[in-house]
Amino acid sequence: MTTETTLKHTPLYDTHLKYGGKVIDFGGWALPVQYSGIIEEHEAVRNNAGLFDVSHMGEVMVEGKDAESYINYLVSNDVTKVKINQAQYSVLCYPDGGAVDDLLVYKLAEEKYLVVVNASNTDKDFAWMQEHLKGDVTISNISDEVGQVAIQGPKAEAILQKLTETDLSQIAGFYFAQNVTVDGVTDILVSRTGYTGEDGFELYLAADKVEALWDKLLEAGKEDGLKPCGLGARDTLRFEAKLPLYGQELSKDITGLEAGMGFAIKVAKESDFIGKDALAKLKEEGLKRKIVGLEITGRGIARHDYKVFSTSGEEIGTVTTGTHSPTLKKSLALALVPTEYTQVGTEVKIEIRNKQVDAVVVKSPFYKRG
Amino acid sequence: MTNLLYSKDHEWVQQLEGNRVRIGISDYAQHSLGDIVFVENPEVDSEVKANEAVGSIESVKAVSDLITPVSGAVVSVNEELEDAPQSINEQPFDGGWIFEVELSDSEELKGLLSEEEYKAFISEGEE
Repeated sequence: MTTETTLKHTPLYDTHLKYGGKVIDFGGWALPVQYSGIIEEHEAVRNNAGLFDVSHMGEVMVEGKDAESYINYLVSNDVTKVKINQAQYSVLCYPDGGAVDDLLVYKLAEEKYLVVVNASNTDKDFAWMQEHLKGDVTISNISDEVGQVAIQGPKAEAILQKLTETDLSQIAGFYFAQNVTVDGVTDILVSRTGYTGEDGFELYLAADKVEALWDKLLEAGKEDGLKPCGLGARDTLRFEAKLPLYGQELSKDITGLEAGMGFAIKVAKESDFIGKDALAKLKEEGLKRKIVGLEITGRGIARHDYKVFSTSGEEIGTVTTGTHSPTLKKSLALALVPTEYTQVGTEVKIEIRNKQVDAVVVKSPFYKRG
Repeated sequence: MTNLLYSKDHEWVQQLEGNRVRIGISDYAQHSLGDIVFVENPEVDSEVKANEAVGSIESVKAVSDLITPVSGAVVSVNEELEDAPQSINEQPFDGGWIFEVELSDSEELKGLLSEEEYKAFISEGEE
């Protein structure tokens, strides 16, 4: 039975169809899962560069005298440490420490921040932010007006540099430049961030300018092997780099600490934040479970929600993401298991279609750029 | 390829000598699945029943059942797919064949589609 739903379109919807993107329902958005093929696109990003439409991401503008203290009370990382033109990864938490979402906070000016959230969580996050409004702050959901493309890979800087006079080498990781012009397309926020494990940039701009930017970038990157990429490759890339996907490695039931994002959970920061007590307690008592990397040494591919067993047959956890790794050419998985099963070399079993298949804990991230 | 029959589950069936047939998936199927990275073959000597799942085919993104369009005994599987599952993408009708069955009921072939019928079936589905 099929349910008729109206899928949301990004500004690049027509472009994806025109250039052969295989457009599918991606959490309510019509987006390409692939262009030429997931493995080919994945390899393009690892070796050269890839271009992604991520206009579905949500953007919330936070302004006002109390903007900093307001955000600092909502998120796990320490916003007081962020400088203008710097971005910071953070987790929005429930009082019990579980995650509402993970996000990036961009400090645009002293009292002005852009908060970038996961597409499927935009409405939930915005409602949460409204519910906890405090002090002299106004927030607005500008997701529909903002488009975003990501250019990722070792050649991303060289390609983008051809089209702009802004010196990209001056933008360090997790910093950004505002009001950048890229080949006549104006007012772009160019951020050295990404979700692939490679160097690269995320470009935020007015939705009606995205199509022009996309075409110019693809043209400029042609000779360098830049390929348009779908969200399938985005997932395999972020998976190898062990970047959590909300709903899989991180969720209302899996805290940022358990997801391995402890660097962004500042339980010692001065300000209180929602979830602080629970996370501080969890940290003090020690984590009972963690996201771990597994290599499937038997035959098969582990998928999201497959069960993990100990070698003595006890059910111990679940696979959060699993696939064939295009870079390592192995069947790999991320799984949430008790801490006593997280030592490299620990043998476990994964149930794949009623068969117990051998797997072993391996070092993760599976891939780190050299 | 000539003389191929097709199922509505997108397998092709090629008649070999006697009651033996070779089975693979169609070009349309390999294209919809995308990069194939793993094939779980049925076991040689196992008895299979038409329209049942006998194994699986996995792309980077998803798992699909491998359906046998005919009944009988599995007499051979393409072991090369273990190391080179991408053969199904590259040559779905040749090196990408999956398994062979000794038919228990050759009448079942009459229920399959000709190439023209299969093409019509696909284009219906895409409208």
